[in-house]
Amino acid sequence: MYRRVGFNDRKDTSMKVETISDLQLNEAGNLLPPPFVDWFDEKGWQPRPHQIALMEVARRGESALLIAPTGAGKTLAGFLPALTALSKRPKRKPGEAHRGTFGLYISPLKALATDVKRNVEAPIAEMNLPISVETRTGDTPQNRRQRQKLKPPDLLMTTPEQLALLLAMPDAERFFADLQFVIFDELHSLVTNKRGHLLSLGLARLWKLRPDLQTIGLSATVSNPLELQQWLVPQNRGDLRTDNAARLVQVVGGAKPNITILDSKERLPWSGHSGRHAAHEVYDLIKEHRTSLLFVNTRSQAEFLFQYLWQINDDNLPIALHHGSLEVAQRRKVEAAMSENRLRAVVATSTLDLGIDWGDVDLVVHLGAPKGASRLAQRIGRSNHRMDEPSKAILVPANRFEVLECKAALDANYLGDQDTPALRSGALDVLCQHILGMTVAAPFQEDDLYSEIISAAPYAELDWDTFERCIQFVATGGYALKAYERYAKIRRTEDGTWRLTHPRFAQQYRMNSGTIYEIPALRIRLVKQGRKNGKLPAIRGGRVLGSLDEYFLAKLEPGDTFLFSGEIVRLEGFIDNEAIVTRTFDENPKVPMYGGSKFPLSTYLAQHVRRMISDPKLWNALPFQVSDWLRIQAQRSVIPKPHEVLVETFPRANKHYLITYSFEGQLAHQTLAMLMTKRLERAGAKPTGFVATDYVVAIWGLEDMGAMIANGSLNLDDLYDEDMLGDDLEVWLADSMMLKRTFRQCALIAGLIEKNQPGKSKSGRQMTQSSDLIYDVLREYEPDHILMQATREDAATGLLDVRRVGDLLARAKGNIIHQHLDRLSPMAVPIMLEKGIERVNGGASESLLADSAENLIAEAMDVQSG
Amino acid sequence: MTGTAYEVYKSAVSDSDETSIMDAVARRTSGPVNIAQFGDFAGTCIHAVNGVELVADADGIAYWPATETLLVADLHFEKGSSFARRGQLLPPYDTGITLQRLAAVLARWQPRRVVALGDSFHDSQAAMRLSTEDRETLLSLMHGRDWVWITGNHDPAPPAGLGGEGLSEMREGGLILRHEPQVDPEAGEIAGHLHPCATVVRRGKAVRRSCFAVSRHRMILPSFGAYTGGLDVFHPAFDGLFDGRTFHALMRGEGQVYRISGKDLR
Repeated sequence: MYRRVGFNDRKDTSMKVETISDLQLNEAGNLLPPPFVDWFDEKGWQPRPHQIALMEVARRGESALLIAPTGAGKTLAGFLPALTALSKRPKRKPGEAHRGTFGLYISPLKALATDVKRNVEAPIAEMNLPISVETRTGDTPQNRRQRQKLKPPDLLMTTPEQLALLLAMPDAERFFADLQFVIFDELHSLVTNKRGHLLSLGLARLWKLRPDLQTIGLSATVSNPLELQQWLVPQNRGDLRTDNAARLVQVVGGAKPNITILDSKERLPWSGHSGRHAAHEVYDLIKEHRTSLLFVNTRSQAEFLFQYLWQINDDNLPIALHHGSLEVAQRRKVEAAMSENRLRAVVATSTLDLGIDWGDVDLVVHLGAPKGASRLAQRIGRSNHRMDEPSKAILVPANRFEVLECKAALDANYLGDQDTPALRSGALDVLCQHILGMTVAAPFQEDDLYSEIISAAPYAELDWDTFERCIQFVATGGYALKAYERYAKIRRTEDGTWRLTHPRFAQQYRMNSGTIYEIPALRIRLVKQGRKNGKLPAIRGGRVLGSLDEYFLAKLEPGDTFLFSGEIVRLEGFIDNEAIVTRTFDENPKVPMYGGSKFPLSTYLAQHVRRMISDPKLWNALPFQVSDWLRIQAQRSVIPKPHEVLVETFPRANKHYLITYSFEGQLAHQTLAMLMTKRLERAGAKPTGFVATDYVVAIWGLEDMGAMIANGSLNLDDLYDEDMLGDDLEVWLADSMMLKRTFRQCALIAGLIEKNQPGKSKSGRQMTQSSDLIYDVLREYEPDHILMQATREDAATGLLDVRRVGDLLARAKGNIIHQHLDRLSPMAVPIMLEKGIERVNGGASESLLADSAENLIAEAMDVQSG
Repeated sequence: MTGTAYEVYKSAVSDSDETSIMDAVARRTSGPVNIAQFGDFAGTCIHAVNGVELVADADGIAYWPATETLLVADLHFEKGSSFARRGQLLPPYDTGITLQRLAAVLARWQPRRVVALGDSFHDSQAAMRLSTEDRETLLSLMHGRDWVWITGNHDPAPPAGLGGEGLSEMREGGLILRHEPQVDPEAGEIAGHLHPCATVVRRGKAVRRSCFAVSRHRMILPSFGAYTGGLDVFHPAFDGLFDGRTFHALMRGEGQVYRISGKDLR
């Protein structure tokens, strides 16, 4: 039924521990107290080398980064130093004060914290150790929080947000007085965003409270471990000529995963992401395995795949759906069923990415390209949580470019390459929030807080001036017009310390801290009765299915149908913060797509894809349909070399197209397309539209851009000149919706806008409105305001990916090859079809579209007449 | 991703796109709407309430030619500092911006009289918080013309020390000027309070703008203050004010007002 290309290497199942040479490992017995030695013996286990290595690092009072694959006993390794130390601690005598927390465990997910607590409690119970373990998350009831403050547990499992709140307590110093170890789980995923920035600042405060604190970071493989090693220790101590870094303990080897690409017998789609062609083959895979995890990249892909599978699920296999828009209760049900092994398959987005143990998964299917090699490795780690057995994964490309990308990802995984992004410097909005939090905890001296903050790796290079501006922002908004002195939230007093001016700002901080803000969303409520005489029934009831991005819903009209929560629903209208839908029996949803998490193609995979395309010798490893496509491209147009950027122009259906094959990921391409369109407008090419994918940018217009290039009225070097990122970018940014969204997030994090006030929560729409108004005012009156600076820094790496546009333009310089064609080329077909999918109206136009797709492909691939 | 084109396009909607969308909807719904295509009336829309002709200006004010009166609603002066008092330190430029915009429409229409339809000040102490500069600007705008402060829920008493006449409502020439629209009013009510805005969707793109919500019997003005957001005309707060969808939204474009039927709004 299917043939797999790939590898299956079971030979290398040994583990090696790389340690720094001067680290002489003691015998396990010397490091492990007797109860632990017995416990290992009873289990019939040997302490693993990396577990011993970590014990040794800890014994020396140092910090460590442990990099190990899933299933290597990473969690136990992380906890052993704290557990052994606690086991030797003398018992608290009656009447003696309660001791503070000794070990802190920080996880990116609430569910993971709970899960790990269970896993750590087992050995504690089996060895009968006097160690208390508790969790503290957003779900912890108020009375338990109070009790924890009075009587801190020995080990506390918590999240970055909760740590920030704990540190802002006036009695934080006492709570953490006995803290010795902080364990960061999934550190590689914690450090990449603003949550990580906030966490690093929290860690800096812990260092101040406990200068001898030891940290242990647990991480999957990353491209640059040194960044994480530095993150784990204070940066402004000791010798400045060497790196301040934690010890690295790296486990290499382990069973290599068995990854293959599904070589579908079906015709490979040219475009689209639904993976419908492979539904039957995926279904057969589910049948052959115990439990399968089916990963997809977006929520709508999840919905579609789930829908297709149930259409052919003749055996009624228990197949479930899991993504971030679904109601929490629904997700919990799926997770519970999963851990009890009651499901045969779960279709999931990145909500299932991180380390929770999911019972007996024996197959991971990845629909669509994984977009990054590290993400692929992480997801594959979900199957077979035992390190010595290879995990099994099958990649299912949804279209032809994705075949190339899957192949590149597979090669990368094989070679052990990683493409985790470089860490960016700490965000200023997060710093502003932290400054308020620290004032809530206790009055501070500017100099003290500054040296504390620059001990955190992301803020190591923060200059004094910027720090001062952040304080001014917290105090009075930091505006050039000093109008708010009398409303200051914090103020410098006579003894030189900054203090809160009113206790209500402490409450304001507690209600609004954190860095995770959902994009505005509306609840989706399923009701029985739709519109009657054009009016929605007054009494509704009905079930909430989940919530959806308001930006998507704003484009729908009542009567439109779309897929949600595994069924096709019809929009009836909007009431307050809810979209009212009814069930419909239509076969095809009218609106095919809604947003959700999207990952752009990583720089690293993009390089691989470019190299694979450029080298015909590598094409043999590809399915015939794909290699044939590239061969015809070579005949009809050209195949660019890895360093070249191919630009094609051709006419089609009264329009003129300009296609850039730049492979820089969708976000960078969107930005590039916006900027190029402005330039083409000025050059008189009359552009009328564009579309951007991970691979290609297509722009079309009324003038013949190919002819303009030929006669010199359009210069390609000018079109792709790097100065595009100067004025043009500024002008475009001014009105960019993306930038407004970015600003909104910064304003929320920095505390300029409050999401929650005592007694009420603002709706997403209200917040969007007010933040847009504020943005417009600041842009005009104070473009250099600290929040505008924070917004621009976000834009460089975030939604606009300006940095990669810059990389691309630098690469393009002198390396553009232009092909003026009389009709579209084979490589252009996917993007031409992409455009067609934008909005499909019912069955009739669907067949119309299919027709035109056939024509398009025939036109592009027909070599004879070419 | 398939969504890219869509997302991008939406975020790329420029003013000219918005204009063309509203243009298309407006033209489809009613015949000649912009009857005043010349001089000062360019881009405006004339709408009769209870038989009294009013000119809706794209900058968000209404002009009443018969009495040379300019009507403006919901100025919300010092909204920024009002938030700042409670710890939300919004940029302190809103009053200055609002005054600047007000100066521009006063220069265009040269009214003999101005009626501010309530919520002119964001709270009862707002007038006292005006900066010296803003205060002087406001006084210079008031100079040489009659000025009426209709009281609103945010400013139940007229501002002290600024001059002008304070009234809770005003009846004249077939119109009733007040802050909050009433559910069963006499014909001819001109009000503010609700900050109406409306959305049209065409070709998969949504355009949302602040607007005048109007029928033959009444007009609800858009809010004028820099920090005033909008409330959709289909929000329950508008219930009972219009007869179903038989109203029009005079949507504010760039220098152009678009008359769009309630039936064509989203």
